Amino acid sequence: MTLQAIRAGGIRLDDVTVAYHRHPAVHHVSGSFEPGSLTAIVGPNGAGKSTLLKAIVGQLPTADGAIERGALKPRDIAYLPQQASLDRAYPISVLELVLLGHWQRVGAFGGIGQRGIRAAREALEAVGLSGFEDRPLGSLSVGQAQRALFARVLVQDAPVILLDEPFNALDARTVSDLLALLRRWHGEKRTVIAVLHDFELVRQHFPDVLYLARRLIAWGRVEQVLTPENQLAARRMAESWDEHAPVCQTGHAA
Amino acid sequence: MSAAVEFLFGPFADFAFMRRALVASIALALGSAPIGVVLMLRRMSLFGEAMSHAILPGAAIGFLVAGFSLPAISIGGVIAGLVVAIAAGAATRATDQREDASFAAFYLIALALGVTLISTRGSAVDVMHILFGSVLAVNEDALLLMGGVASISLLVFAAIYRPLLADGFDPDFLRSVQGSGLLYHFIFLGLVVVNLVAAFQALGSLMAVGLMMLPAAAVRHWTQSLVAAVGLAILIAAFSGYCGLLLSFHADLPSGPAIVLFAGGAYLVSLVLGKYGLILHWQRRRHLEA
Repeated sequence: MTLQAIRAGGIRLDDVTVAYHRHPAVHHVSGSFEPGSLTAIVGPNGAGKSTLLKAIVGQLPTADGAIERGALKPRDIAYLPQQASLDRAYPISVLELVLLGHWQRVGAFGGIGQRGIRAAREALEAVGLSGFEDRPLGSLSVGQAQRALFARVLVQDAPVILLDEPFNALDARTVSDLLALLRRWHGEKRTVIAVLHDFELVRQHFPDVLYLARRLIAWGRVEQVLTPENQLAARRMAESWDEHAPVCQTGHAA
Repeated sequence: MSAAVEFLFGPFADFAFMRRALVASIALALGSAPIGVVLMLRRMSLFGEAMSHAILPGAAIGFLVAGFSLPAISIGGVIAGLVVAIAAGAATRATDQREDASFAAFYLIALALGVTLISTRGSAVDVMHILFGSVLAVNEDALLLMGGVASISLLVFAAIYRPLLADGFDPDFLRSVQGSGLLYHFIFLGLVVVNLVAAFQALGSLMAVGLMMLPAAAVRHWTQSLVAAVGLAILIAAFSGYCGLLLSFHADLPSGPAIVLFAGGAYLVSLVLGKYGLILHWQRRRHLEA
């Protein structure tokens, strides 16, 4: 990770709206993720959190506004989606899964080499899976599979890391081990953004929070954002689309 | 001892057509078996089966136009296969129908059309050859075709191996780092069609897919490693070719079905005796300490 990439790891949201069939899932959100920040995105179900991550990665287009990524290239962003579409019936070993993390550097046909393999082994050690290199994917438990996916993110060595509900259905020990990884990334000045549901976990480990309920409720230091007033405001967000909503007039030029 | 050697190797030592048939079978094994392993992993086994029937009308038209001309039959087969694949894909996207239903509809139409076409002009013998193949009639041109297809197929397969597998077991990750894996999927479909057309002449329309699917189904009972699976599938397919030819020579049976029967036998043996097969599954062995 070059020094330039580290400095470049900030992302600015400029009045961003992301819509599904014209219904906004993310509605006029502005703010910025400072380079090297550790931010949790929280909010009720359907608040647009996964949608926002997908838009930042570029998998979804913005209906309005812009996402400024500065000098960041697509391979500078590592993204771990909510339900990894992993087919565990494939005869692939854990090491091969983690080696995929080199893809953005070597492409579909490039060689990986001894250094790449060593990086993958070190990543497996960092997530507590040494000795699992040759095990087939299908033999892993949910927690072990999630650790393996984290190892792959480690190998990607990206200055910006996006995690969508990374701790779903994991036991306390696995969560605490993986949180140590997040702290390590934060120490390495990488920009880490994670969608989470557990407010206690967020209060204890995340300095910055983006509270989203389609519209922006609050974005800033955790003590100032996770307040009862904000929680009340979020609860008022409507769960379903308004089928008869008029065209949005907010902030659009006449 | 000499009688056994004579029995096992005599036909190939004495007859050029047997040697050509053997080489053709080995070429088919090299091309089709790896494709079959990946077809199974992508849960497309029945697709391979149906595709082998879909190429029939194209091959039939080629046959009607130019007789047993290899280029005509092959080109016709490839075109028919691609047309069916594209038509089924388009129908799926345009309507609410699911992909397997569209595909089943189109391949059945293609199969019926093909058999009808052949029966209008060809004799009963011709129909038998088209449906069941005539690996013993493989001439040098056909051998060149099969060898060529096998070589190119192996090279292309090796080239797209990584993205094809990644698209198979983690399509979301591939999409996030590379974009859609659709290109590799279509290249792979092309490989399936081309290998089926190459196998068509030797094994016939009904069994062209036999050397593709049966070895692949067999190896899953022996190994969890993908590379070992591909290697073992090739060996099983080649060995089935050898045994099938031997049996058809000594017992005067049609060779295509004989080859596929041996491949089927390998599958049954693997199912029962394999490392992940039935006998070890049923055996109650003491569990380990940890």
